[in-house]
This record gives sequence, C-alpha cells and structure tokens, in this order.
Amino acid sequence: MMRLSWFNVVSLTFGFVFLYLPMIILVIYSFNKSKLVTVWAGFSTKWYGELLQNEAFLNAAWVTLKVAVISSTFATILGTMAAYVLVRSGRFFGRTLFSGMIYAPLVMPEVITGLSLLLLFIGIGMDRGVMTVVLAHTTFSMCYVSVVVSSRLFTFDQSLEEAALDLGCSPAQAFRLVTLPIIAPAVISGWLLAFTLSLDDLVIATFTTGPSATTLPIKIYSAVRLGVSPEINALSTLMIAVVTVGVILASLASKRNVAKMRQEEIAAVRAE
Amino acid sequence: MAATEFAPWEDPQAKPLICFRNVTKRFGEFTAIDNVSLDIYAQEFFALLGPSGCGKTTMMRMLAGFENVTEGIIELDGADVGDVPPNKRAVNMMFQSYALFPHLTVWENIAFGLRRAKIPADDLTNRVEEMLKLTRLERFASRKPHQISGGQRQRVALARSLAKAPKLLLLDEPLGALDKKLRQETQFELMDIQEKTGTTFVIVTHDQEEAMTVASRVAVMDEGNLMQVATPDRIYETPNSVYVADFIGDVNLFKGTAKPVGEDQYQINWVESLPPLNATSSLPLNDGQSCHLAIRPEKVAINAEKPDDAVNAVQGKVVDIAYLGNLSTYYVELPDGTVIKAQTANTRRISRRSFTWEDPVWLSWTATAGVLLDS
Repeated sequence: MMRLSWFNVVSLTFGFVFLYLPMIILVIYSFNKSKLVTVWAGFSTKWYGELLQNEAFLNAAWVTLKVAVISSTFATILGTMAAYVLVRSGRFFGRTLFSGMIYAPLVMPEVITGLSLLLLFIGIGMDRGVMTVVLAHTTFSMCYVSVVVSSRLFTFDQSLEEAALDLGCSPAQAFRLVTLPIIAPAVISGWLLAFTLSLDDLVIATFTTGPSATTLPIKIYSAVRLGVSPEINALSTLMIAVVTVGVILASLASKRNVAKMRQEEIAAVRAE
Repeated sequence: MAATEFAPWEDPQAKPLICFRNVTKRFGEFTAIDNVSLDIYAQEFFALLGPSGCGKTTMMRMLAGFENVTEGIIELDGADVGDVPPNKRAVNMMFQSYALFPHLTVWENIAFGLRRAKIPADDLTNRVEEMLKLTRLERFASRKPHQISGGQRQRVALARSLAKAPKLLLLDEPLGALDKKLRQETQFELMDIQEKTGTTFVIVTHDQEEAMTVASRVAVMDEGNLMQVATPDRIYETPNSVYVADFIGDVNLFKGTAKPVGEDQYQINWVESLPPLNATSSLPLNDGQSCHLAIRPEKVAINAEKPDDAVNAVQGKVVDIAYLGNLSTYYVELPDGTVIKAQTANTRRISRRSFTWEDPVWLSWTATAGVLLDS
C-alpha cells in the first residue's frame, strides 16, 4: 500500500469534513430528545415515530414519489428516443439545432424553466396539480436521460443492429431485441438520474404545482421557514439513508458484474 | 478431369446468381464505385480484393442492402434487389467485428435469424444443432460471446450467418482478427464449409494470400474500379495491368519500348547500355510502343557464370539478401543502378549458400517468364 503524505491526509480530511459535516450534524440531531434543535438532551428515536404520524409529510412523500416515478419514466422514454434519433439518423437538416435544443435545458436556469412552464400552463388553462408537476419534471429531466443514453449509443457497435436487420428483423424489432437490451444499463441509469432529479427538485415544482400537490421538498422548505424541527431532521436522515443504501447497492452490483465478466473473458482465452 | 472442373464463368449459357449492371455508388462528391459490371455464379467462392478505400466493402454492403445503388442495377437470381431492404433479402453477412449479440448465448445467437423466420420449434432446434456441429461448437452452446475465444467467436458468427441457408453469404474480412496460424487453419475450414453447404460465398479481404487460397475467382479492385477478374493463377501469372502485377505478390517491372521481331515475339529496349530483353506476348504492340515487362522474382535464375542458352541475361552484384527461411530474395544491382529481385528456394543449409553480399552474379530468365503490359 502507498503511504499518504501528511499533506494528502490533511487535504483529504478537509475535503471530507467540508462535504459531510453538515449531514453528520443533521443525522445526530435527528436523534435528539429535545425539541430545541440546537440543544442536545439525550438520545431518542421519538421524532421518527412522530414523523410516521404526520399526515402532511406522508402525503407530500407520496406525491413526490408518484411524480418522480411517472415523470422519470416518461423522461426515459422520450430521452431515449431523442438520443437514438440524434445519434443514429446521421446528418439531416437541422440536426445541430435539434441536438443543441435538447441539451439547452441542462444549462438553463431552473427559475426560467419553471416560470416559462407556469406561463404555458396558465396560457392553455391547465389546472395546476400533480399532472403539471409531472409534465414539468419530464421536460427538464429528459435532457439528462438523453445525454446519458446518447453517450452509450456513440460507443455502440452499429454492426450489431445491421446484423439484426440482416437476420430478418424489422428496424423496430432490431431496436427491441438487440439495441435496447444492450443499452439497458444506460437507460436504467438515465431513469435513476431523472428519478433523483425529480425527487429533490424545489424550484420548478414550486412554480408549477397547485394546492392539491405539495411535494416533499416544498413541504420541508415551507416547514423550515417556520423553524427547524427535529422531525425534519428525522425525515432528512431517512432520505439520506435511502439514497446511501441505493447508491451502495447499485455500485456493488455493477462492480461484481464487471469483475465476473473479466474473469470469464480471461478463462475463455486461457482455455483456447 | 476438365469436364468436372468448376468454371461457370467460361460457360456462356450459365446464368449468374449475382449481376452488377453498370453500378455506380456515390457518397456526396466521392465516387466509391465507378460504373462496375460483374457476374458472380452460384456456388462460387468469390473474393473482392484491394487496398482499403478501394470500394470492396461498399460492393458488399450494396449486396447486403445496407447501401443504396446510385446508378445501375444489382440482380440477385434474376430479380432487381434495389428496393429490397436487408431483412427481406436471401443474403446473409458475416461481419468483420462478428457483431455477436453479447446478451444472448451462442445457441440463441445462432437461432436468432431462424426465430425471425418463424419456423417450427423442432426444425429450429435441429437446424441450430446442425450448425453447432458444422462449426464444432457443441460444447459452447450455452456460453455467452465474452466467455469464448476469438476463434470460437468467428465460428459462431459463421454459424449464425449460415443458419438461414442463404443463397449468398457475404464475409467481410472474416479472418482479420485472428492470428496468422489460426487464420491459415480457418481458411481451409471456410473452404470446407463452403463446399459442404454449397452456398455462394463472396469474401472481402485486403490480404492477397487469403484471397488466392480460398477463392475460385478474385476481383482486384482499385479506386472503385474492377482492375481484373480471374482465377487466382491467372491473376498471378497473367496480370492485365501494371497495377494488378504490382499489387499481387512481388514483381520486377521494366519500362521500355517494344520492337516486334516475329510472331508474338518482342524485343524490349529498356536501358541504353544494356542489351534488349526478349519476351513472348500475344498483346499486339506497335514498333516503338512503350510497355512494361513484369517478371516474378522466382522466375529469375541466379548464377555465378553466364548461362550459355539464356535468352535474357544481365550481370550485376548482390546488394541485399532477404532471408525468409524457406526462401531467399537476392537484390541484384545492375551497372545502371536498376535493382532486380531474384528468389530461390533454400534447399541447402544457409552456411552453404552460393552467393553473398557484393558477389558478381548473372541473372537470367526465359522469353515466356515475364508478362508484357502496355502502359
């Protein structure tokens, strides 16, 4: 093992403290017995219990989940289609314009995206609620999916699709039977990205939601404006836990797959 | 023996399986295929040979249906296939990268095309088993492509493209990814499978040795044109142009002017200070017409003394020797600076080699050894 120099140790520690100290404090205070956030009064899990009794929070969590699942699914379908067309159809009139326009929302300030969507919904007389938030989230997260999927498609060996056509597939069958299974990991990570983007979006949701659909970030934000409560700490801790477990599981699974594949390749070459 | 020889291209009655009629293919400004006409017959093993960028791959992709024809007609079995998409053609292709589906097993890869054809399950199983047996892959049926070696992958690709029993199989540099020894073995395997299945094979390659080994006929291509279409021995022995002579194998080229001296007999004046060369050719050349004489190095004899009966003999000194194990190529410089290559088989041990660097030697060859080409 390489030994780290004291300089590296210091910079590493500093970086990690900078990243994780706020979260660690939040987690610790979620187990605080006292109602006052800044005073430690002993260990307790009562805030987690109370959280589960809080209808408003549970409702908001349910709305958020619903919006995230539906919008990320739509975004994945649309984003994959857009990526496929842009990567595969070669040069056509206006291609540069199209690809620029697909990626523009990546750099567009959220406030502007939110405001323009709000104006649109008012303009066409659409009642704001779950539906409008879903549409808004689909709009802004599909470009992320498109980026992830198109980077995979660029490295995709096109002769695989040609082979499928050559063996009797229609173009649609070739996509379903060959292309999609092979790019599935990229499509899934696109979906996960869209899902997390939707889950923690505050700005666009604030613009496009109505009274019937309060998402969790909106709920937390409005609750914090009245003062931080230990309940919110507990809720945030739960969210951190869910995300952490998810990330760890996903990376372990992909690491194991890569290792297994490498081993099998080595075995195949040795057996020759 | 001559009656059973396979040579449908010499039979004016034979109907070609594939027919290119004045086919031109342009990509924007670039002309990839320039007004090519070509007939390929059923059960042929036909090779398209040429350097990269000569248009050979484009020819193949037009046959498979991946590229449209700009002008002209391609007929398969008498029918124009211009508008037929690749999935509706009785043509299959083996890709240079093999293009095996990584998410499917070897068995499923081979069955892929059969499933699309919606044939009964029993027939499908039988056909796949047959293909596995033909390519000696039975043991690997349940493996995924990344779990087998390069040579095995090549065989899976072959089995998959043959499974639907196409009228025509296209092979795009099928052996390019294999090392030399495996490539030579696989060449004979390919010929064997072609014979067993009776399928027409069209192979694209830049490797002349490979084309000469496997093919019944070879088409040499350059910049979108067919330079010569003939059997491997005719391509080698009687090339029709300086390009073909130079592209296939090693060759000595002498540029000079012809002087007819009898029926099919010519003297070639090439260097002022040296005697003219004698050559036989059926090519009608005028007095003083400029031409090239092409002679293969193995047809040039090398001796210490001037052979008495030699029609062509020149003296020079050895400047370089390329030792290839079984053969040695001597680079002999003539007084005027021309270097001629002469090749001999190393039938004796190297320590007893007759000539070495700086030795004065005589090079000689017969009047029929070379090929006259007008330039």
